[in-house]
Amino acid sequence: MATVGATADPAAHAHHEEMGFIRKYVFSTDHKVIGIQFLFTCLFFLAVGGLLAMLVRWQLGYPGQPIPGGSGLPDTMAPGGIMLPEFYNALVTMHATFMIFFAVMPLLVGVYANFLIPLKLGAPDMAFPTLNMASFWVFVVSGIVMLASLFVEGGAASAGWTAYAPLSAVPEYTGVSLGMQLWIVSIILFGASSLLGSVNYITTVVNMRAPGMTLFRMPLSIWALFITAILALLAVPILAGAVIMLLFDQTIGTTFFLPADGGRPLLWQHLFWFFGHPEVYILILPAMGIVSDIIANGSRKPIFGYHSMVFAIIAIAFLGWVVWGHHMFQSGMNPLLGTSFMLATMMIAVPSAIKVFNWLGTLWRGNIQFHTPMLNAVAFVALFTIGGLSGIFMASNAVDIFIHDTYFIVAHIHYVLFGGSLFAIFAAIYFWFPKMFGRMMNETWGKIHFAFTFVFYNLVFFPMHILGVGGHMRRVYDPNQYEFLAGFQGMNTFISISAFILFAAQVPFLINFFWSLFKGKKAEQNPWKDNGLEWTVASPAPHGNFDVAPTVYRGPYEFGSPEVEEDFLPQNVPLNGQERVTERSEPGGALK
Amino acid sequence: MGWLPVAASTYAADIDKIFYVILVVTGIAFVGVEVTLVYFLFKYRGREGRKAEYIEGSTRAEIVWTVVPALFIVGLGIASHSVWPKVKDPDRFPTNALELAAEAAQFEWNFTYPGVDGRLGTGDDFTVRNQLHVPVNEPVVVHLTSLDVIHSFFVPAFRVKQDAVPGFDRNRLWFEATRTGEFEIACAELCGLGHYRMRGRVFVHTQEDYERWKAEQS
Repeated sequence: MATVGATADPAAHAHHEEMGFIRKYVFSTDHKVIGIQFLFTCLFFLAVGGLLAMLVRWQLGYPGQPIPGGSGLPDTMAPGGIMLPEFYNALVTMHATFMIFFAVMPLLVGVYANFLIPLKLGAPDMAFPTLNMASFWVFVVSGIVMLASLFVEGGAASAGWTAYAPLSAVPEYTGVSLGMQLWIVSIILFGASSLLGSVNYITTVVNMRAPGMTLFRMPLSIWALFITAILALLAVPILAGAVIMLLFDQTIGTTFFLPADGGRPLLWQHLFWFFGHPEVYILILPAMGIVSDIIANGSRKPIFGYHSMVFAIIAIAFLGWVVWGHHMFQSGMNPLLGTSFMLATMMIAVPSAIKVFNWLGTLWRGNIQFHTPMLNAVAFVALFTIGGLSGIFMASNAVDIFIHDTYFIVAHIHYVLFGGSLFAIFAAIYFWFPKMFGRMMNETWGKIHFAFTFVFYNLVFFPMHILGVGGHMRRVYDPNQYEFLAGFQGMNTFISISAFILFAAQVPFLINFFWSLFKGKKAEQNPWKDNGLEWTVASPAPHGNFDVAPTVYRGPYEFGSPEVEEDFLPQNVPLNGQERVTERSEPGGALK
Repeated sequence: MGWLPVAASTYAADIDKIFYVILVVTGIAFVGVEVTLVYFLFKYRGREGRKAEYIEGSTRAEIVWTVVPALFIVGLGIASHSVWPKVKDPDRFPTNALELAAEAAQFEWNFTYPGVDGRLGTGDDFTVRNQLHVPVNEPVVVHLTSLDVIHSFFVPAFRVKQDAVPGFDRNRLWFEATRTGEFEIACAELCGLGHYRMRGRVFVHTQEDYERWKAEQS
């Protein structure tokens, strides 16, 4: 700190001794504190989303039976503890909304783009620390609005997270008015938060890399977060525009999405999915990047095919813009368009396959360490493979005619976003916990948490493929209305019981997390023997990050290099013939 | 395998066939990847004092695992395209079909039949609620609209699904039932609190029974 503090611009490098509690922990502009704030906030929303899912599973497992402890719920939700169909629809909608917008996306981007980008690139902070702080606090307001919408008169939004118009646009169709408007306001705020973050991440990656940190020396996690930020920058405004139009339809009598006066219900779907499909890659690309970093570390071997991994990320991000129509195969689109959207969608299987094969290639002839982050990262590969392959069924426009809007899509999205993204998030939490908090999480409890989560995760979501192939529609409050679904009640109950155990299996994680914050083993500087720049500073990483701007000599995956005795070679260590540069960070923190 | 519901339309078997082709292809990929993964985890498990082999990649491997999946994908795309227009392209619908109109509304299906003049939109049309009566082995074209929100007409046994979009009257679907009996119609698109009970029923009759039923209605 001393070396930097003497020369630096005081606005960018406020000395932490001079800051009060509020500036340091609440309205902080330090990217690490903001990342940690996102982490706590998002874990809370993850729990909310999970709890809503448990209520959904109760109804499906035990239709029409009173929810245990549900007698306290108001009569507008569950009179006598028995769930109403309108409350069920709200639960389904809000589960997806919390999980997608308030848990998975900000856990990957809000937490790890914030925490990792400056540390891994050798920068003292983000390019725009104040915007970064604003991004977090706008997100908090957005989350509070969304939470509040659960408790307003008429109930929460219940038109699905996809909010298809006219169902979402006309209060009479659902009986929900204020709840839907709050949903829209919250999404607009969420969009603003996401844009502030994206601008920051992109600028930081472009401008603030340490000397020697060329683009192709960046870790894949940073590549993925960088591409994701570009996707978010381009996609989120479309969502914001669409929901503002929806709000106008609802409140001031416009008819953008209503059939009266020339409006088009399908316009909503085009706008929503033109945002929504890039969005699903926003939800998975950072996970792929994080997993790549951890698998290389756990295999003690360079990532296999680094360049093709980068190009695969870019290819997925690009193709993500031309596939939105596959969500609309049954909407009545021109059948020729159906085939073009199918082919574009199927092409995404190619870069996805490249990534899976490269992860296998990384494990091949490695010296694999089974620490908790690695277990979760390997589970990501195993489960994302299933999610990717099940996507091919729905990409096929012919097969989609049958399985569209069935539990097959529910299975698919959970294999990608839970089996994929959430396992990657667990991997990331265990892996970077020591750098965030200076303590290790408990390995034994981590492994117990992993084993239960992995087993019960599969028991919950794998059978959903079979439900879908049986024609079981999604978002139905009581499948027993249908004779052809009556035979599935046993499977639905089995899924629900497994889901309750899966939920309970997160308790060891939470205990481990909070216990380790205070009582965990003190972390060394580089506990995983990794090469990234974040491991060259103390644990927890100090304010301002680097005393001296590091110089980067190589990529981040030099594990098992024959040039050194140890099985890792940090990015900033010069070898013979490589001059160590002791360049100082320039005033204002701009490092070139 | 008895996962798929009973198949009772002419193109149901075509859709099921593509489903099974994709199941086999993805099944092989699934087993291949997962077995390799588990094998590598076991074979290359970490041992004290050992160093991993320093391998950064292989251009040849990258080319192989780019090209091979791409070929399979193109094949699956072509296979799907052999069925998709047959089901969904209005220009290829059977021309001699019985034409009906269906209007979806929260939370029911209303099917309108041409009366004795055999034409829709005339005074002798009649409407039946939540019941679709059709003759077996005869193509049926349904003009699908919605009164309020988006619904989706889904008959699992026919493998047919088509959204009903309010204000959009071009949506049509067709099917030809191949066996007599009763089948369920479901709404596949979340349409409000009664979505889960927006159930209808298709009655597939023999030609004679169909004529008799129709005579009773008008």
